[in-house]
Amino acid sequence: MFFPIDKIRSEFPILHQQIYNRPLVYFDNAASTQKPVQVIDAIRHYYEHDNCNIHRGVHYLSMKATEAYEEARKEIREFINARSTHEIIFTKGATESLNLVASSFGKRYIKPGDEVISTIMEHHSSFVPWQQMCLEHGAGFRVAGINERGELDLDELYGMINEKTRLIVLTHVSNVLGTINPVKEIIAVAHRNNIPVLIDGAQGVSHLQVDMQDLDCDFYCFSGHKMYAPMGIGVLYGKEKYLEELPPYQLGGEMIKEVYVDHTTFNELPFKFEAGTPNVEGVAGLRAAVHYLKELGMENIAMYEENLLKYASGKLANLDGMKIYGTAVHKTSLISFLIGDIHPYDVGTIIDKMGIAVRTGHHCAMPLMNYLKIPGTVRASFAFYNTLQEIDLLVSAIVKAKKMLE
Amino acid sequence: MTITETEEQIVSEFSAFDDWLDKYNILVEMGKSLPKIDSQYKTDPYLITGCQSKVWLHAVLVEGKIVFTADSDAIITNGIVNLLLRVLSNHTPDDILNAKLEFIDQIGLKEHLSPTRSNGLSNMMKQMKLYALAFKTKLSGKS
Repeated sequence: MFFPIDKIRSEFPILHQQIYNRPLVYFDNAASTQKPVQVIDAIRHYYEHDNCNIHRGVHYLSMKATEAYEEARKEIREFINARSTHEIIFTKGATESLNLVASSFGKRYIKPGDEVISTIMEHHSSFVPWQQMCLEHGAGFRVAGINERGELDLDELYGMINEKTRLIVLTHVSNVLGTINPVKEIIAVAHRNNIPVLIDGAQGVSHLQVDMQDLDCDFYCFSGHKMYAPMGIGVLYGKEKYLEELPPYQLGGEMIKEVYVDHTTFNELPFKFEAGTPNVEGVAGLRAAVHYLKELGMENIAMYEENLLKYASGKLANLDGMKIYGTAVHKTSLISFLIGDIHPYDVGTIIDKMGIAVRTGHHCAMPLMNYLKIPGTVRASFAFYNTLQEIDLLVSAIVKAKKMLE
Repeated sequence: MTITETEEQIVSEFSAFDDWLDKYNILVEMGKSLPKIDSQYKTDPYLITGCQSKVWLHAVLVEGKIVFTADSDAIITNGIVNLLLRVLSNHTPDDILNAKLEFIDQIGLKEHLSPTRSNGLSNMMKQMKLYALAFKTKLSGKS
């Protein structure tokens, strides 16, 4: 496979800088990816040519900005193969998408004694809204565990399904372990029991081709900034049937249809869930990012990243004292690890001074850290603009840090 | 030595290193050489939590001066803990309360004391000042 890595790297300006007099090696992609010039230019172009508040404007710019915004919605629909643009809600990010559903789904469907099933590998942004929603409505919140490779314990998960289960919430890909969950199978099992499923796709969309109709999930949430788009923009996909039934999350702006002194009627989908002036700039950037990913091809990206993962896993596993957390058969391109009994904060701080950006700590997954009985890990997460040479730099930096810190 | 004099001494020690990695090498060595805290104080009541690393801090008043001991689960945090103890320990509550601690910034380690760094150090500094305030109140109550 030919993967135009030099061209790709040239399109990410931020990668070409020195930090602490060393070339920057960016391995914190699971936290946020960098942006190609195409995305940066799209934002610039928006402010130089199209900027205006959208919808309801009768003048030229407003119509132009509205058109760009709604065209982007069509392209996102196509990218994830949703049935209709009514199912694509623009949000601030995956966190807001998750909070929106937790709040509205809870109000509409959850009664005391009901249960929501989730997993121990959820990010706080998914775990906490559901936990709190269940507490608020007197519902049970049940959490399935993982095996020693960091794969979901499906027997445990399925064993939790009963007549009280109202929803299953799980991540597509673990942000700590890289595990790709068998979401299609889980959704099929849930649907046989008439239970809807929400997928947190924050770590999924940038690595995997996702297809809403093929997965048949009921909700799917993701953030732009983890898929080469700007911060502050995200998407909630929801099946029309559910989005029609859920009450609005926030009120005001385009989500309003008519307001009277004693009552208000709400706009149709997807506007019903888009209160206030939306992030039009972010949508322009997201659209450009989707173009970029489509041009590269999600399959090509997955193949290239798989190669990075294999190479890094092999090299790191050979280091003395290395323990890798998350060795699932199906995983995305990230490696969480600890080395000897060295604190992750120390490793991260030292290799930062060698120019290498990784993330350390609990990665917003404290329930998982407690489950694994560790304070945190060092996480190196790779994107398609990373190279094998950069992984070599990481390995030698870890060796050096280990020598210093032992 | 006054607090300011110790701060100046540390700034001059660090000025010998241009490279960041060399600075951190020294910090790691300081972390390793930090005297161990008495194990009875490495417990929850003395814990200052950060998101990245933990710090335990204990203080006693000895002849009008506060003696701090502390420990962390991360070596680099311990390196900075060592510096803070070297500057602030064995001083009067008033001197500690008045200390501006500009040396951290001057040696380029300010990032570690930022509240957003969440390694426990910014809360540790706050806690040291709170100890000083508490001891000061206690002392003035007696006189």
